[in-house]
Amino acid sequence: MVSTGRSTTPRPEWADSSWDSTILHIDMDAFFLSVELLDHPELRGIPAVVGGNSGRSVVTSPSYEARKYGIRSAMPMSQALALYPRLTIIEPTRDKYSHASKKVMGVLHDITPSVEQLSIDEAFIDVSGARRRLGTPAQIAALIKQRVRAVTGLPSTVGVAANKSVAKIASDHSKPDGLGVVPIELTQEYLAPLPVNVIWGVGPKLHQRLMNADIHTVGELAKQDPRRMQRWLGAIGPQLVALASGEDPRTVEPRHDSKSVSVEHTFERDIVDNQVLEKYLLDLSYECSRRMRQEGLVAWGLSVKVKDTELSTRTKSLSLQSSATSGAVFFKQAVPLLQMLMQQRWHPVRLLGVRADRLAEPAVQHEVQESLFEDDTIFEQPDASQDWISTDQILDDVAKKFPSAAIKPATLLQHERQQRMSDG
Amino acid sequence: MKFTIGRDVLTDAVTWTARSLSPRPPVPVLRGLLITAEDNLVSIASFDYETSAQLDVEAHIESEGQILVEGRMLSDIVKSLPNAPVTIELTESRVVVTCQNSTFTLATMPVNEYPALPAMPEVAGTIDGSVFAEAIAQVTAAASKDDTLPILTAVKIEIEGDKITFLATDRYRLSMKEITWTPHDPQISTSVLVKSRTLTEVARSLGGGGEIEFRFATETDDAELVGFSSGGRRTTSLLVDGEYPKIRSLFPEESNIYATVDTGQLIEAVKRVALVAERNTSLLMVFSNGEVSLSAGQGDDASATESVPVQMEGEDITVAFNPSYLSEGLNVMGGAYTRFAFTSAPKPALLTGKKELEGPQNEDYRYLVMPIRIPN
Repeated sequence: MVSTGRSTTPRPEWADSSWDSTILHIDMDAFFLSVELLDHPELRGIPAVVGGNSGRSVVTSPSYEARKYGIRSAMPMSQALALYPRLTIIEPTRDKYSHASKKVMGVLHDITPSVEQLSIDEAFIDVSGARRRLGTPAQIAALIKQRVRAVTGLPSTVGVAANKSVAKIASDHSKPDGLGVVPIELTQEYLAPLPVNVIWGVGPKLHQRLMNADIHTVGELAKQDPRRMQRWLGAIGPQLVALASGEDPRTVEPRHDSKSVSVEHTFERDIVDNQVLEKYLLDLSYECSRRMRQEGLVAWGLSVKVKDTELSTRTKSLSLQSSATSGAVFFKQAVPLLQMLMQQRWHPVRLLGVRADRLAEPAVQHEVQESLFEDDTIFEQPDASQDWISTDQILDDVAKKFPSAAIKPATLLQHERQQRMSDG
Repeated sequence: MKFTIGRDVLTDAVTWTARSLSPRPPVPVLRGLLITAEDNLVSIASFDYETSAQLDVEAHIESEGQILVEGRMLSDIVKSLPNAPVTIELTESRVVVTCQNSTFTLATMPVNEYPALPAMPEVAGTIDGSVFAEAIAQVTAAASKDDTLPILTAVKIEIEGDKITFLATDRYRLSMKEITWTPHDPQISTSVLVKSRTLTEVARSLGGGGEIEFRFATETDDAELVGFSSGGRRTTSLLVDGEYPKIRSLFPEESNIYATVDTGQLIEAVKRVALVAERNTSLLMVFSNGEVSLSAGQGDDASATESVPVQMEGEDITVAFNPSYLSEGLNVMGGAYTRFAFTSAPKPALLTGKKELEGPQNEDYRYLVMPIRIPN
């Protein structure tokens, strides 16, 4: 049984075999480069990349001709030039890309509101509700390709399948300018011969381990005992088996634009004391980080906002060198921002806000101390490293259970007590 | 019962036997030291069902007999006595300890409730004390300290003729040490499992004084005990029961990357860099361009880097380790240099010691450690 992102409805007589494959993965082909080619048609058909021109920059978008020479995204430009010295390098023009991206997403939103944008040039959509109006998923996919080209002039590839994982694999394997349809009943048959690294979560290292264990294809992975995989690889083990069996329960989740999380506080009486202000900043930093963690995200930027008595607002923001999740880090980074704001122009503060910007999925997974033993099950012992929970996680759990009695930094407790006393 | 004995001899004897007393014994009498005065020898014994410790010291015995007294109390008392002869006497149901002007009176415990001490197994052969002590320090570095995995808290001792191989693993590293000994039976071939903690204790208390007699039943298959004795001190311990995993095969058959470093330098560098590696996080080692650069710490937290010269053979390699696993191995490596042998980054690394940079490997001790897998 292939699990799908949505419950299925009976297939009408007129439908083709794609009827129950309601999840579409739309991926623009060599997006930045294709956008640039609209303005530089003379560069079509030659090895070209979008990327910075200096030796230290990286390739962001290689043409398919450049890919033939082994040039890949994220490769250092020096290496790309070593592979093909006559490579044409096009400096990126960001505005053009986001403009084109908006048009593409507009096309998708015209099909269905169920659009989950993954990045500037990639999205999942669920067309279950659009079939009566627009036809079978395969027909809708063809329509999308056609409209995207009409509106932007750009090529795209669409994967059509019963769930996200298979749809993405189908589009990856249909590039460029392709359309890949996997009827639900052919899901396993389609996946089985593919190399195991097409499965989401199988990076180069895991790929090597799987191959060492003689698991080369998706079909071989699907045959593994999930419990054994759990012991061998941890939580990801059974997930891999499920994905390899064509099962993926994740639904298409339209994101309400939550690229930032902000919290702010309007004071009853304007604050003139910097120390008091910093204590509120501490409180807001913790609250902001907690809300962000609830979404399972990490911040790459932070801003602080102040409003004066005339209701004029100023903000200061910064980019973080590494992603942050902890309230303590938020506060440490926010203090200088507040100080800068107040140095530029001092005024009594009516409102103070902290915003976590440039939110992203956490990229870093936990490190894993692997066992020397291929089969660790002989020892039957829970892995101690899995038990480790971060302080922030504990804070969040306590806050969830006892909303009124959440743990806070000691300085905040003092501050609250003073406030309570002054509030009478 | 009444005897007189020099304070230093008594303190040594009581301290040594009292060390094996269990702090929370299953029955109260096991808090006691069993003291027997007989044939001009005073024997002191402790037992906790798992390990026993016994020794004999010479004393001037006025009347023979046997008593059981609270061991830690007696140990504290004798340590504090002035340096003068000590008399221990049973009067009615009390033990009186006298030394110069000091007199202590202790309650006795019921001797008849004390379990029979295990009989010492026969001597199977002898091992040089310092060789034994070094071997135990090296092998136990990799033994598990986690009592929920009892089998891995043991050291496997394989005996083949005049060769003894010690093996230990906690799943993440593995150590193997070979020594030679003098068996009574040159054809001997057997193996036993002994708790790593017991061996450490034996190495500490018996390793300093010459030969150690290694005792175990060579005939019967259902042997339960292992014993060690040296200079009148004897200790027994229950063998660990169970099937020890097959671990010799975990050593990689071949390696193609070798890196040799100054052991002392690396130990110091690891110690410093690891300060920022919080529990369970890795220490990254980048072997390249004639040096290994160590780094630890990540994200929002503190970080550190340091590099140490290295003599490389083969390709560059980057590998991450649990810093404790690394330093615990390096600390007992022996030899001024340590050679890392790698197959590839996700495979275990084999550490061996070396006296001189260009010299041969000390093949008698091998420490295998599994790297930490770091996300891409």
